Amino acid sequence: MKYARLVLSNLMRSKRRTLLTLASVAVAFFLFATLASVLTTLASVTETGSESRLATRNAIGITFDMPQSYHQRLRGTPGVREATHVSWFGGVYVDPKDFFAQFAIDPTVYFDMYPEVLVPEDQLRAFREERTAAIVGRKLMEKFGWRLDQTVTLQGTIYPGDWDFTIRGVYEAEDPSFGEETFYFHFDYLYELSSQTARHGWYILELEDPDQAGAISARIDAMFENSTAPTKTETERAFQAGFVTMWGNVGFLVRAIGTAVFFAILLIAANTMMMAARERTGEVAVLKTLGFRDGQLASFVIVEALLISLLGGLVGLLGAKLVFESADPLASFLPGFSVAMGTIGVGLAIAALLGLVAGAVPAWQSARLSVVEALRHVG
Amino acid sequence: MALVEVHDVYKTYHKDSRGVQVFAGVNLEIERGEYLALMGPSGSGKSTLLNMLAGLDKPDSGTVVVEGVDLTRLKARQLADFRANNIGFIFQFYNLLPVLTAAQNVELPLLLTSLSKSDRNERVRIALGVVGLVDRSDHFPRQLSGGEQQRVGIARAIVSDPTLILADEPTGDLDAKSADEILALLGELNKEHGKTILMVTHDAHAAETAHDTIHLDKGVFHR
Repeated sequence: MKYARLVLSNLMRSKRRTLLTLASVAVAFFLFATLASVLTTLASVTETGSESRLATRNAIGITFDMPQSYHQRLRGTPGVREATHVSWFGGVYVDPKDFFAQFAIDPTVYFDMYPEVLVPEDQLRAFREERTAAIVGRKLMEKFGWRLDQTVTLQGTIYPGDWDFTIRGVYEAEDPSFGEETFYFHFDYLYELSSQTARHGWYILELEDPDQAGAISARIDAMFENSTAPTKTETERAFQAGFVTMWGNVGFLVRAIGTAVFFAILLIAANTMMMAARERTGEVAVLKTLGFRDGQLASFVIVEALLISLLGGLVGLLGAKLVFESADPLASFLPGFSVAMGTIGVGLAIAALLGLVAGAVPAWQSARLSVVEALRHVG
Repeated sequence: MALVEVHDVYKTYHKDSRGVQVFAGVNLEIERGEYLALMGPSGSGKSTLLNMLAGLDKPDSGTVVVEGVDLTRLKARQLADFRANNIGFIFQFYNLLPVLTAAQNVELPLLLTSLSKSDRNERVRIALGVVGLVDRSDHFPRQLSGGEQQRVGIARAIVSDPTLILADEPTGDLDAKSADEILALLGELNKEHGKTILMVTHDAHAAETAHDTIHLDKGVFHR
């Protein structure tokens, strides 16, 4: 502890440089926390969904519609307890940048098939009874400051025009990865106002026995094999994974770009820390003359680098956690997005490693410094 | 037994594959309580001798014994401990750490001891009192004049009560008035506190304040 003042004084030698180095390390770890959380959230999204539910979509791709006649045929398939349809709406509320998902659904059964989505009974009843009603996720309500019974207007992109909806219910999700940023409304409303051009996007099937999922999937796909719209049936989890990969190989892109930027910033920070240590060659020689040992001086440099990297890392990591918990700009794209404590732990471990690496070279140089040579330069 | 015994020391520096011999079998003894000035032309080996006595440099052959310890036999770690316990070093350009106050600079050698914080503070106060700078203890080096900085440097050199004080041109960067104050202070340290001092200087006036002057020329000492 008696050496603490010496180390801290060195850190405060150039306050501006120390603060800028801290800031660059903090920015790097903010980026790390964000990107790592995108990856973990993407991974958790593919874990969303029940094992007892299947999704049937057009075999060509998820953006291709399904004939509505499939609905009844799927409901009648042996082993299927219930089937419901979902359609993508693609509307805009005020500003296209404020994206959120909107689905046209069958109000009579959809929420019964999702017990993990909680809607107050009276609100669900009100939603079912009114064709222009909508049920909205709690976070989406908070984001736009909406209130119950408010009428909101969405501008259709796939289905042009202004669409008015009255919010009759607010849902909460037991599983955070399900998200609370989705907007649900009646498919009948969409069908009517789209001059009957709206189609079912995909179907969700509830099974009587989840162990039969493979056999039922094969049976359904075989049933529609030679039709105009062949199907692909898979577990809801696999379907969610398909949604994610629809964006392309997001994980690879995020990892590749993020890693490059992250390490570029870290190298700059490490170089600055090394420069700061090198500038003190003369002082190291003086301390050696006073009797400080090589190992002591090396450890001062290491501790200094560790302090900067750990403090900067902590600021960046906790900053990311606070930012994304208070106002989550990614929630609409990545339901359940948050910075996990595990990510912060990994980040701190990397910060410690950064400190050790950045401090190692100047520490080694300090230890090896020839006092005679150094004093010749400083006098 | 003399405090310092340099016996049959050879030293050659190698630069750009050329060897420059500094010492060829030199001998020197310094008695306890002596105050000596060391003079000689540039490159004669004055600083090399100081560095050897401080255990910062080693001869190619021969022995350098200080306080009964042959420094040529010690390893780097032991030499560091030896310096901390026995040597006080005064630099020409003071070499105070700019980020520390005067008191904190003086405290540096004491950080290597097992003294408590309060004991360290007391020693620092005494050392700053000897050089007359107690009232400037919280000032940073940039807030002190050159003479004051050198006095802080002297306080740092004596705070751990070393056996031998080595001063490398302590007045070389000072005006005449400040130089006289520093020389008076060194004389007081020798006279009042019994410190053994070896001072390298180019200044004949400074050398006159010492008990004796050693002239180093072409690798040979002349008293």
